[in-house]
Amino acid sequence: MSSVAHRRPFHLAAMSTAFVLFWLVLAAFPYVWTVWGSFKVESDFFSRETWQNAVFGVKTIQQTGSAFTGDGYYGAWVESQFWRSVINTAIVATCVTTISLTLGTLGGYALSRSVHRYKFWILIVALVFRAMPDITLVSGYLLPFFQLNIWGYLPTTIIVLVALNQPFTLWMLYSFFVNIPKELDESALVDGCSRFQAFRLAVMPVMWPGVITTGLFSFLLGYNDFAVTSMLLTQENQTMIPKISSFLFKIQSEGHVMYAVAAVVSATAPLFVLIMFFQRQLVAGLTAGAVKG
Amino acid sequence: MPHRTFLAFILPSIVAMLLFIATPIVSIVVQSLYIQHDKILVMSETCQPLGGCVKETRVDSEATEKIRREQPLGKFNGFGIYEDHNHLAFLDIGNIVSANAGFFEKVSRLYDLPFYRALVFTLTYALTVTPLAMCLGFVIALAVNAVPKFIKGPVIFFSLLPMVVTPLIGSLVVFWMINAEGILGAAIQHITNNPDLSLKASPTMTWITLICYGIWTNAPFSFIVFYSGLQTVPSDTMESAMIDGASRFQRVRFVILPTLLPLAVFVTLVQLMDNFRVLEPIIGFNAAANATSLSYSIYTALNNQSAQLFSSAAATSVLTITGVIILLTPILIRTAREFGFRT
Repeated sequence: MSSVAHRRPFHLAAMSTAFVLFWLVLAAFPYVWTVWGSFKVESDFFSRETWQNAVFGVKTIQQTGSAFTGDGYYGAWVESQFWRSVINTAIVATCVTTISLTLGTLGGYALSRSVHRYKFWILIVALVFRAMPDITLVSGYLLPFFQLNIWGYLPTTIIVLVALNQPFTLWMLYSFFVNIPKELDESALVDGCSRFQAFRLAVMPVMWPGVITTGLFSFLLGYNDFAVTSMLLTQENQTMIPKISSFLFKIQSEGHVMYAVAAVVSATAPLFVLIMFFQRQLVAGLTAGAVKG
Repeated sequence: MPHRTFLAFILPSIVAMLLFIATPIVSIVVQSLYIQHDKILVMSETCQPLGGCVKETRVDSEATEKIRREQPLGKFNGFGIYEDHNHLAFLDIGNIVSANAGFFEKVSRLYDLPFYRALVFTLTYALTVTPLAMCLGFVIALAVNAVPKFIKGPVIFFSLLPMVVTPLIGSLVVFWMINAEGILGAAIQHITNNPDLSLKASPTMTWITLICYGIWTNAPFSFIVFYSGLQTVPSDTMESAMIDGASRFQRVRFVILPTLLPLAVFVTLVQLMDNFRVLEPIIGFNAAANATSLSYSIYTALNNQSAQLFSSAAATSVLTITGVIILLTPILIRTAREFGFRT
């Protein structure tokens, strides 16, 4: 893209740079602001007088002697026992990602190599399933789960989330596997491999870009879910997101909003790290497979 | 691939979907036809030696508990729950339509019915947020594609934030900022010089806030998909368009847009599905007084303080699913047809 023909006129380059900067501020400022504010006291973060209080921490210095305070974090993690939900979220998100990908790669691979008519119907039905709002299905789970006595446990929630995630995983991985040449595993079959061996030895080594992209979306689903986790888990098994929503009301009446702010920032931090490491793979994976389907 | 092998590979995935997506759909249809048992009342007569006899009715809580435990589904109610005030409300609609009132009053009275209120907001939200967010995402993708290579990494990182951050958390973060004491809320009051102006005060303001928030969180998904798509636009087509003298705008219109069209269908489908289930922003923004969605109605029915209203939640769920299917059928058929051609 360095030839003269591809060079952009100056005003166009300037305009797009300006627009990108504007968008960056729009996208990032709320988070930057909240991360910064989470180390202040409430009267600074929610300052009626001037926003400069939140920047310089005037009241924070008055109340704690330093411009930064970890009180919100102490209150959230220790007093409100937020660490429990962090562990639960880690379990749920990891399990959902692993199981979804295992089932999804097998299924997606089979769909991509099948030539029968029913493959088409499976994909369309999966698409319809993807359209069902989570909360409508949750209202179908509750009564049976109470009866079977499996309500409130982490494994139940994990399986439910895996199932809800299957349609999307199947589609993503299907469109990815379709773009992996058939000859690769067919030659392995000719060499005497079974179908599973062909999958393991010929396809698995080249499938990782697509799997990482799909895994990223699965992880986000498990990590970010609110509808399922808030309805299907007991108080002590709660993951971070329902925990934040449930102690929001309690905390506001007690005047500890900063606990919630600190909890929110804690819950966002892992996502920042995740995207920082995987954004390149995300674009690469989408380019290689999903966006062609 | 032979049927047997195919089945062996895909069975776990199919079983998971059948058990936890197909069965619950059946389950809510059944649940919506039943209603919780009424409280069992007992009549008892207490006679005092001199005062005569007093008849009283009281709730036999033990027997009520027992029958509710034995038959958790409740008693058969047919389509009763669909017709009541909280759902389709045929009776109320009949009354309103035949009432002696002006057109706008009728509309506003219809809007007061809980189900229609939620439906109107859900549809408005899904149908405005989806196209606007896609346009914004497309423009961002074009712009990011044009910036120098070395800043692309950080730009993509920050652009993805509104999408990857949990919806509930994202809405809380914005909610705290537009609070009267938060930076944006205070700034708006300062600029307009109106200390009472609040984004939560009137329904219109709440709707605009929610829709802006929706565009903000949805744009990154369109952006990343379109941006990935832009990397696959064939450069020889682009060059021949340039040789033919196509202007920059014409190149976008006649080369880039057609290449990205299949992607646009995919994004529309996913975004419509996601926006139709809008729930977290309403909780995060504490906006239920001015805007409720179908998902939110189900959520509140399930979270009811006194008793979980299973049949009400189930009925709203069935109606929601019907709505989703009606909304998506055209796009689904299109996808299915396109897909059928290719295989």
